[in-house]
Amino acid sequence: MQLLHEPSPAMIKEQKVYQEMGVSDKEFQMVEDILGRLPNYTELGLFSVMWSEHCSYKNSKVLLSKFPTTGEKVLQGPGEGAGIIDIGDEQAVVFKIESHNHPSAIEPYEGAATGVGGIIRDIFSMGARPVALLNSLRFGELKNPRVKYIFEGVVSGIAGYGNCIGIPTVGGEIQFDPCYEGNPLVNAMCVGLINHKDIQKGQAKGVGNPVLYVGASTGRDGIHGATFASEELSAESEAKRPAVQVGDPFMEKLLVEACLEATKHPKLVGIQDMGAAGLASSSAEMASKAGSGIEMNLDNVPQREKAMTAYEMMLSESQERMLLVVEDGSEQEFITLFEKWGLMANVVGRVTDDHRLRLLHNGNVVADVPVDALAEEAPVYHQPSKEPSYYQEFQKQKDYRPNVTDYSETLMNLLQQPTIASKEWVYNQYDYMVRTSTVVAPGSDAAVVRIRDTDKALAMTTDCNSRYLYLDPYVGGKLAVAEAARNLVCSGAEPLGVTDCLNYGSPEKPEIFWQLERSTDGLSEACKDLETPVIGGNVSLYNETAKGAIYPTPVIGMVGLITSLDHITRQAFQKAGDRVYALGEAKPEFSGSELQKFTEGKIFGPAPSIDLQLEKNRQDQVLGAIRAGTVQSAHDLSEGGFLPALAECVFGTDFGAEVTLAGKDVLAELFSESPSRYILTVSEENAEKFEKLIPEAKEIGVVTNEKQILVKNQQGETLVNESVQKLEDAWRGAISCLVKSKA
Amino acid sequence: MKFAVIVFPGSNCDLDMFHAIKDELGEDVSYVWHDETSLDRFDAILLPGGFSYGDYLRSGAIARFSPIMKAVEEAATAGKPVLGVCNGFQVLLEAGLLPGAMRKNAKLKFICKPVALKVKNSETMFSMAYEEGSVITIPVAHGDGNYYCDQETLASLEKNNQIVFTYESELNGSINDIAGITNEKGNVLGMMPHPERAVDSLLGSEDGLKLFKSIVKHWREQHATTS
Amino acid sequence: MMIFEVKVTVTLKEGVLDPQGSAVQNSLHQLGFDTVEGVRIGKIMNLRIEATKDSIDDQVKEMCNKLLANPVIEDYRYEIEEVVSS
Repeated sequence: MQLLHEPSPAMIKEQKVYQEMGVSDKEFQMVEDILGRLPNYTELGLFSVMWSEHCSYKNSKVLLSKFPTTGEKVLQGPGEGAGIIDIGDEQAVVFKIESHNHPSAIEPYEGAATGVGGIIRDIFSMGARPVALLNSLRFGELKNPRVKYIFEGVVSGIAGYGNCIGIPTVGGEIQFDPCYEGNPLVNAMCVGLINHKDIQKGQAKGVGNPVLYVGASTGRDGIHGATFASEELSAESEAKRPAVQVGDPFMEKLLVEACLEATKHPKLVGIQDMGAAGLASSSAEMASKAGSGIEMNLDNVPQREKAMTAYEMMLSESQERMLLVVEDGSEQEFITLFEKWGLMANVVGRVTDDHRLRLLHNGNVVADVPVDALAEEAPVYHQPSKEPSYYQEFQKQKDYRPNVTDYSETLMNLLQQPTIASKEWVYNQYDYMVRTSTVVAPGSDAAVVRIRDTDKALAMTTDCNSRYLYLDPYVGGKLAVAEAARNLVCSGAEPLGVTDCLNYGSPEKPEIFWQLERSTDGLSEACKDLETPVIGGNVSLYNETAKGAIYPTPVIGMVGLITSLDHITRQAFQKAGDRVYALGEAKPEFSGSELQKFTEGKIFGPAPSIDLQLEKNRQDQVLGAIRAGTVQSAHDLSEGGFLPALAECVFGTDFGAEVTLAGKDVLAELFSESPSRYILTVSEENAEKFEKLIPEAKEIGVVTNEKQILVKNQQGETLVNESVQKLEDAWRGAISCLVKSKA
Repeated sequence: MKFAVIVFPGSNCDLDMFHAIKDELGEDVSYVWHDETSLDRFDAILLPGGFSYGDYLRSGAIARFSPIMKAVEEAATAGKPVLGVCNGFQVLLEAGLLPGAMRKNAKLKFICKPVALKVKNSETMFSMAYEEGSVITIPVAHGDGNYYCDQETLASLEKNNQIVFTYESELNGSINDIAGITNEKGNVLGMMPHPERAVDSLLGSEDGLKLFKSIVKHWREQHATTS
Repeated sequence: MMIFEVKVTVTLKEGVLDPQGSAVQNSLHQLGFDTVEGVRIGKIMNLRIEATKDSIDDQVKEMCNKLLANPVIEDYRYEIEEVVSS
């Protein structure tokens, strides 16, 4: 990507060089108007990355404004590195999710690793100690060798980075579907803890204050990564791709410790991660947010390669770098602080009052542009929207009912579907225990991490069943939020807020924009009704290959607060003799279900319906029952419906279950994925109290000492009688079996 | 009793070790940064897990040259208990304080899970609170835990009863399923499993606590007789 | 004093199982290269050292024994080339 001769401003305009950078004719005209002259190559580069979808949200901004983003506990909403929510006792939780889809499609190990590294920097740049990582992953079907390669690479990349830096990877989700073949999704979420007094902002305040560059040196890697992330993947992507960014978790470990020490230093003014669009976005955003300007001398930027141009230095996405603004005169204190950690800190510029980003290189001014134009004034597009023809067709297919004769065999098959099967092949590669605070490890509805020196804990999850979103983006959006909240409630937590990662195809296609529009409507409504404001997130568009777009996949990352360690609840059954209760109605809704996908090989029909008020009331009831100490175990029903969920409750325990179905429609009772449903167990002595708290819960059976699952219909006829061992072996082994199998 | 937790750049189980000693064992404990040179004020030395220097070159290969390692060696010579867990074990191997070396796990993947260990020798200062032959549950989390030594060394480890813990079932390719060994004198223990992660029933197991209790018990007994 | 380019190759000792090598060999067999045997994976390190002609060999040897290789499981070999300044 080294350009010996950059085109002149006149050539840029004449030969439309800007188009190669993803800048449209109209946008180029805007740049010209803003500057009152033609931009040079470096300036154009700045605009192209800052106005990319990844940095500016130009195509999604109109939709994101619908989200509820405030609440009495919200200390920081969208706009900073990460959102912050109060958890009492002068403490707060900081969390954010971000995509690294395109880099992972090309180089799965480094793509996923640097995704993890980037999201961690977003958290500690707020002044917070990162305490947990989660990952929401989507791949094609594991039968495909390229998919297997990507899957294995992504998992080891996450492990490689997270394990080394010493932040436990405690949870997440993985879904497999042909629509993600060639365009996997890798969304990484990080959760941090902070004391209110330590909250930092990424602002460049105070004229004359020095700007410090900290961390790894700058190379030519990842130039134009943000623009690359804002385009469809094609065969050309391979050739066009910027040098892959390589992560250095060891460097980042030092950076975490050093920056957390720096954020406690009274003379720190602002700190921001150099993430997407590197030095360009961090400097422009820090100045814009503070209403100031920045002048930088690029000669002082530590460089890893020879003869780097201003354009390259500003657009490089080399990893493990931070930008700090400190009080004038204190620079040496910070340089010494970073030196102790073996890190380099250099003064690269000063804060100015002229609202401009001015760059010097080799004694010349190489760029001089208004910071607000870069950071705030990107064009906003409301793309045309059109309901796709498939949608109306699906809406009509209400009466679909799969044909199932052997329930045991169906259960066995569903348990081996990679989306349902045990993910231990994956999470046993993650250090999920480091920091010794992981109370509920991966594999339950939500992960639970205790807060040291308190009686509190955080529950966290990521969820999104994109099949429903494909069938009906509006309803599917609601279902995704509701499921995330339900998972937290099952672990004994009160949901606090949401970070979302909106993964879609190209917004320039009206049918895709329609999906975006409808699903964000559904998400917003659910976030309002379930009282979980959106405090930050990320948008990843253009997730398409020649075969088409991915399903709309707005991944919901949610964090909840457990107010007493006694409330921590797991999905696993706890004691033989406990009563089993079913809560919620199983409707004959099979469209988009695991069963439909398995029996038909595809999904169609309308998404299952959801009543958000009912959902909220039921969540409150279940949380109330847990807090009253009446619940032994709680499990949310999701992919596969009741029967696989029941099996999951006994896996890993010494127990079995004996139940009689709560309703007459056997197929719906066993496999429907209707939302707002739970399997709860209650000890004999608490049963009366529990039934008063949740009168709608139906007692359906008992936890047994025999490792057997016995399910009867209402007539008392046996429908399923299976050995837990046999089911569990199949469920545990399915993924490693698929990975090992030869194509 | 005073414990030191050595912190190398890239150590990441230092916090866990610190809290295990302070909160669960209730003894005195301090962090010691890798560039310090004395450990005289401590009674026991703990080398925690993590990825010192990113595990670059080989796990533990760079950390063993840290200034503090000379003091660790002196403490070992003086007979103080020295415990290296995971990366700490790797550092002790690289430093030659324990025999053998670590290779990548046989299946090349990082493994994190609770595993069953057999206590092979309950007469060391690290294992006297366990019953010999008993099976305990302690988590592992490592990519390079595949212990290797030549046949001669193995024979002497066995002869001197230096193998303290073994995996109950094959885990990472380690020769003779070795999970933890001591030096000949018995005052330096290296082990891949993390006892500091098994000190609180809230997190799943308390089986590691007895290891730290053994150290304290042994130290108290010694000091009761000498004073 | 002269400048030398030194290339150090570190491999696992013969007789020490090399899981990476075995994995690569299996993979090659799966791809149809079924006559491949004895795959061993190692590391190459390029060093640039200023030294005298007499001392360079001892220096490199010492570096290998102390840090670059672990003699318990690894072997090393090296090539030394003098850099001719242009």
